[in-house]
Amino acid sequence: MIFLSGLEVAKKIAKHIPEAIVEAENNSLVIKGETLFAVAKYLKDSPDYDFDYLNAITAVDYYDYFEVIYQLTSLKNNHALTLKTRCYGRDNPSLPSVVSLWRGADFQEREIYDLMGIRFEGHPNLKRIFLWEGFKGHPLRKDYL
Amino acid sequence: MEVAEGIDVYSAEELDKSEGEFIESLKATSQQPIPDPDRWLQEGPSANVLIASIDAILNWSRRASLWPAICFPACCAFEFIAANASRFDLSRFGMEILRASPRQADLMITAGTLTWKMAPNVKRIYDQMPEPKWVIAMGACGISGGIFRSSYNVVPGYNLIVPVDVYVPGCPPRPEALIHGIRMLHHKISKMRNKMSIPLLEQRKSE
Repeated sequence: MIFLSGLEVAKKIAKHIPEAIVEAENNSLVIKGETLFAVAKYLKDSPDYDFDYLNAITAVDYYDYFEVIYQLTSLKNNHALTLKTRCYGRDNPSLPSVVSLWRGADFQEREIYDLMGIRFEGHPNLKRIFLWEGFKGHPLRKDYL
Repeated sequence: MEVAEGIDVYSAEELDKSEGEFIESLKATSQQPIPDPDRWLQEGPSANVLIASIDAILNWSRRASLWPAICFPACCAFEFIAANASRFDLSRFGMEILRASPRQADLMITAGTLTWKMAPNVKRIYDQMPEPKWVIAMGACGISGGIFRSSYNVVPGYNLIVPVDVYVPGCPPRPEALIHGIRMLHHKISKMRNKMSIPLLEQRKSE
């Protein structure tokens, strides 16, 4: 398994979607939330990358912003990439959903919506998964008490 | 007939003779049928009567074969599995059979943390069990929520959902502790008072 350098992937993405890149490091790549779907689609469909498998989605609360992390793998090319995106605002943070690209994102986006309160626009069935309808708040946020 | 010197050999004639004698003696002593040793079972009630109260009999039969419902939400279940397996052998108490259907069970062992999301299902299992039924709260989580007590999603004690008869502390309790709890439940059952109702008698009374 080869872990792709975020710097090199960023250069290629910048050619297609110039406004997407926020910052790139050796082991990860941060992109703008609005361009998430376009970048994900490019990474999935481009034959150079061909990321056909979504390992996991996780979210972190850094107080100033939420960071959502996508672990991507290409089973064909045997390489992997860590894709990050940030969304600002605590009242109604939202990101585009990637369920239409990777069906495995369905439950994970619901989990993040449930526990972190990030809305995924375009998700076919965005509702709570661990907690029940009517539960107040999103418990994995740092300010939840 | 040539026989080696110094070696004593039974002749076939002697064997036949002793066999014939044994058959004759057996025939002589076997002219009457041997009585059935279990014949007393068919005799009247005078021979073997045990007088006990209905409570004692009912409680004995109930506590001697408790059937647990399969309702193990978390990790204490493994201690229950150990208690049920060969080393600790719950079948000594007549409770080796786990019932997947709560309608055939009369004991619920609440092995593990209960979340509010799961609570309605546990309550439904309890409601489906036929009377009389008992609950053992197993482990710290079953008693009070344990280390997860302050969580937003954990029920702090099964006794908020179902009535609990015996509390077995531990995190998790060892099988010995669970067996001690089961013995305590046996003692509790043996003291139960049963209300008898015979429909036909009550009908006559009302007439």
